[in-house]
Parts: sequence; C-alpha cells; structure tokens
Amino acid sequence: MLLFITRRLLFALALLLAVSFFTYMLFAMLPSDPAALTCGKNCKPEIIAANRVRLGYDKPLLEQYWLFLKGFFVGRDYGVGAAAFSCPAPSLGYSFSQHECVSTLIARTFPVTFYLSLGAFVLWMTLGIGLGSLAALKKGKWQDRAATTFSAVGVSLPTFYIGLLVLFSFCIWLRILPFPSYESPFEDPVSFLTTMILPWSTLAVLSAAGYTRLTRNGMLEAMNEDFVRLGIAKGLRRRTIIRKYVLRSALVPIVTIAGLDFAALLGGAIITESVFSLPGMGRMSIRAVVESDLPVLVGTTMVAAVFIVLANVVVDILYGVLDPRVRQR
Amino acid sequence: MNTVPLLAVKDLSVSFNTPDGVVHAVDDVSFELFAGKTLGIVGESGSGKSVTASSLMRLNNSVTSTTTGSVELDGRDLLSVDEATMRSIRGQDIAMVFQDPLSALNPYYTVGDQIAEAYVIHHPTESKKDVRIRVLDMLKKVGIPNPEKRIDEYPHQFSGGMRQRIVIAIALINSPRILIADEPTTALDVTVQAQILDLMLDLQRETNMAIILITHDLGVIAEVADSTLVMYGGRIVERAAVNEIFSTPTHPYSWGLLGAVGSLDTSTRGHLSTIPGTPPSLISLPSGCSFHPRCRYAKETGSRCTTEVPQLHVVAGTSSSSACHMADAQLVALAQHGENQ
Repeated sequence: MLLFITRRLLFALALLLAVSFFTYMLFAMLPSDPAALTCGKNCKPEIIAANRVRLGYDKPLLEQYWLFLKGFFVGRDYGVGAAAFSCPAPSLGYSFSQHECVSTLIARTFPVTFYLSLGAFVLWMTLGIGLGSLAALKKGKWQDRAATTFSAVGVSLPTFYIGLLVLFSFCIWLRILPFPSYESPFEDPVSFLTTMILPWSTLAVLSAAGYTRLTRNGMLEAMNEDFVRLGIAKGLRRRTIIRKYVLRSALVPIVTIAGLDFAALLGGAIITESVFSLPGMGRMSIRAVVESDLPVLVGTTMVAAVFIVLANVVVDILYGVLDPRVRQR
Repeated sequence: MNTVPLLAVKDLSVSFNTPDGVVHAVDDVSFELFAGKTLGIVGESGSGKSVTASSLMRLNNSVTSTTTGSVELDGRDLLSVDEATMRSIRGQDIAMVFQDPLSALNPYYTVGDQIAEAYVIHHPTESKKDVRIRVLDMLKKVGIPNPEKRIDEYPHQFSGGMRQRIVIAIALINSPRILIADEPTTALDVTVQAQILDLMLDLQRETNMAIILITHDLGVIAEVADSTLVMYGGRIVERAAVNEIFSTPTHPYSWGLLGAVGSLDTSTRGHLSTIPGTPPSLISLPSGCSFHPRCRYAKETGSRCTTEVPQLHVVAGTSSSSACHMADAQLVALAQHGENQ
C-alpha cells in the first residue's frame, strides 16, 4: 500500500511538471506581449522595453520557463537597484496588471474558493446521498418521483440562472438575506454565513441532482445483487442490509466522482463566484482572462491542476480502502 | 420412518405483477419435508422451482408478488408470521445456498466477517472470541484449507468452489433444520460439483437436517435426493421416490426429461432426444394441462388435456403421484416398457 502511494505521488509530480511546461508554453505563445500590458495605453517604448527585461520576457522561452520553475522553489527577484522587487518561494510569477506576486493573489483568493467549495460539497453530498437513498428505498412511491424530478430539473438548470434567481428572490424580492458582500469567517462570521448560504445552496442543489441519481441507481442495482438476498436469508435486519450491503456498494463510484468534482471546484467556481461577487480564484481567473494577465492565468491553472491531480491520487487510494478487490492489485 | 413432517407446504401459489401481466410462477404446490431427508425439485428454467424455494423464506418482493397457501413449520404458518419472527427463522431454522457463489458473497467484507455475521445475528450475546472459534471450526468443516489464514481474506481471493463452501458455511453456522439449496452446483466445475454435494450430504448426516435441493440436473437428483418433485409451468406434475422416478416415471414430462439426459453407454447413438416446443409462458399458461401442447399423448387421451387441469394423484400400482389424465394402467405400462422405444 505504501509503495502504491509513493508510486502514485511520484507519478503525480511528473504529471504536474508536464502540465506546468505545457501551460507555460501555451500562454507564452498567445499573440499578446505581456510587457506591453504592464503600463497604460500611452506607454513609452523605453518603459515597455525596460519592463520586458525586468520581468524576464526578453529571455528565450525555455529559459523563461526555467526561471518560472526555479522561482517556485527558491523565490524570484525581478529587476535591479531601486526598482527591484521579489516574490518569495513559492513564486508563481508577478502580475503586471495588479502589481502583486501571483502567489500573494492566490493566497488571498483561495480561502474564499475553499470555503465556498467545502460548504457546497458537504451540503450536496448530504442532500444528494440522502435524497438518492430515499428514492431508492421508496422506489415507485411519491418520494422517489419527487427526488427523480428534482434530479432531472437540477441537472438541466444552469448555475448562472439558478444563482441569479435565488439572489433576486432572497436579497431583492423577499429581503430575507442581505446582499452578498464577502467577509472572512474569522472576522465577521455572521456576515460570512449570510453571504455564503446562497452560493453554497446554488452549487449544492445543482451538484446534488447528479448525486441523487447516482445514489439511487447504485442502490437499486445493489439491491438486486445476490449477496443482498443472502443477507436477507441470513436473517439480517433491513437497516443492516441497507447500510452494510446496499449503501456500501453504491458508495464506491460516488466517492470517485465526488473527489474529482470537489477538486474541480477548488480550481475556482467561476460562474458562482461571479454571480455572488465572491473574491475567489474563479473570479480572479476571469479578470485575468479579460486583462490578458498571463502570470495569473498560469498560476491559477497550476493550482487547479494540482488539485485535480491530487484528487486523483486520493481517490485511487480511497478506492483501495473501500474496495478490497482493488487493494489486491 | 418419521411420519411427522418438519415442513408442510399446502396449496402454495405465487404470482408476480409485471408490466406484461400477472406471472403465475407457482400454482397450488403442496409437499412435505422430513428431517434428515433430501427432497429434490427438478424442472426447466421458469418452472417455478426457485420461486417455490424463495417463498418458503419469504424472500420474494412483497410489493410485486402475491403468495397464498401455507408453509407450516412447528405449527406456525411462515406466510403469516410477522417480519421479526420471520427474521429469527431465516438463517436460524431455514438457511439457503444460492446458485452463483461468485455473486452471493458481499465483496466488501472478509469471509470470516460474513460467516460470523450470520451467527451473531441469532446469538447476539456470544463473545467475539467464541464466534471466531466457531467460524474457524465451520471453515474446517466445509473443507477450507488453512482456515486461520483464510478467515481474514475477501471473497475474491477464493475460487468458485471454495466460495460455495463459504456460502454453505454461512448457511450451516446456526445448524439449521432445513437447508434450501437452489442449484448449488450449477455454476461449478463437474469435479467440484461432486465435492460440494458430498459435503452437503456429510453435514446432513451429522445434523439430521432436511435439504431441499433445486436443480435441473437429474444426475444430481439421482445422487443425493430421497424423493423428487417434478415441476412444470409452476405446478407439480410428478412426485416420486428417487428410485421410482428413474425406474418407473409416471408423467409424460418426466419421460421427456429422462430421455433428454445424455448417456455414454447408450445404445441410441446420435441425437440427444429433446422435448419438442418451448416451456410455456407463465403469463398465459396453456389451458388444461399446461404440458399438453408438447405432449405426444395429449391427442389420444382426449379433450380433457386441453380443458381440465389434471390433479396430482397416486398412480395405481406405484407409490408415485402424477398429474396426468392418462389412465393409470397406461402410464405404468408406458413407464415400464420404456416410452421412447
């Protein structure tokens, strides 16, 4: 098992290296001059040239990538003399449009995305597995029909639509909640909660729809298994059978998909963050795209990649923990 | 011989509601089961033998199926006791072995856990250590080599035959009085089949339990059963002691079944004989005797075959019962002189 984890982690590291290379090259090949974007429209060519040298864009592409990579481990200094500044390790570059180190920007925006993702994740897993189990246990009854309808409606509604709908209903029309304005949970927990409740629910309802279906189908499939019949023939209680036999086997695919979904969300919930004006990584990425802020794009892409790759490793390990048949190999 | 039956099944009928109509899977089935004896139930797929077995333990879906009649154990009708009582009977008094050992075990728990679970549910006060000793003992009994190591392994680490031994261990851990084995050897290699059957018989001798053995394999019946029910279209068409069913079978369907068994030393070389036609649809059974469309004697016996359901009755001159309209004397004559020649 330990060997398996080590091997997977080493592989993940190599994968991330490759991702960083291709991401860097891809963005570097975009037809925009990052140095030209460092100052306004009426910028003098000398300043652009100086900034190009300062930010290292005058060097060959491969060397630029090398500096980027090295910067991540040892930090990076830009320029010399009075105009010099540095981004400490782990440096992901310098945003010329926001005049800040990318790592600082990410450190500031990531917690928002993290709280958003975590809350939504907990909500949607509870809702999805709960509704899915209910539907499976009451198959054909009204509970099942309600849950199935919910899941059909949920998967077909777009986030921006639901988001705007709840925002309008709760903050403008019903006035139950204040208009969202993000505060750190450590400074103003009440304001944090009232701001987050809508984005959490929006994300959760939409994702829960898929999980409802997954849980329902997984459980119904498991209920037809011979081993469930044997469980009944042993004289086990229905509750025990549902828990140890039915839910247990429906859980494996759910864990896999949940891990990947959660990781994808950590890379930035772009639409939800935009709709609810949350200062997270998703909104920062959108801004970076609009402003051609390449270092920020490379940085957020790398953070997202790290989570996806890590989630894959974690899911693989969990798979082994959950399913003894996988553990063997 | 013990004349008080352990289990008495009377007029058992089971039907399922499906989108295509009502399936009459079992129709008016009655039989008795005696301690220490093995009752074989034979029939084609869809003849109702498996449903008969699972309804004894009330394993059929209670929403889609309707069961009538009675299944009496110790003077209690299992079809009408409450669910908690039924739960205490399942696994404790009546246990079951399924056809496919590959899918009958829960892949997420060790075999030791699964055997222990069957015991603990009926003996909740037993200590963990004692349960483990008992499980190890059971594993030894069913012939699992190296049980101390294998008790903590998962089902996928066992071969098909070994898994069926585990399933049998689960069934027998509470020393049930009745074991229902639903095609226990169908999914296994022929050599393993014999081992599993021997194992069941050995354990039967030890505990004097009754076995209901469901199979479509007449060879298995010949080897282990004491008496036999032949089922067709959800009904019992013949009931006989095992030696009778092979020497003087008294129903045209049984003749067909026996004729369809291949033999190495047979004088009739070439084609294996088959029963013409296909098994009936249980949604719309043929009128009268459900076997009449496939029965070569139906025409000469007359219109009763198509209008009247034949009742199971003792055939004069034998100890078997048959549900056929043909005259007893003719049945016996055909049986004795070999109907295939």
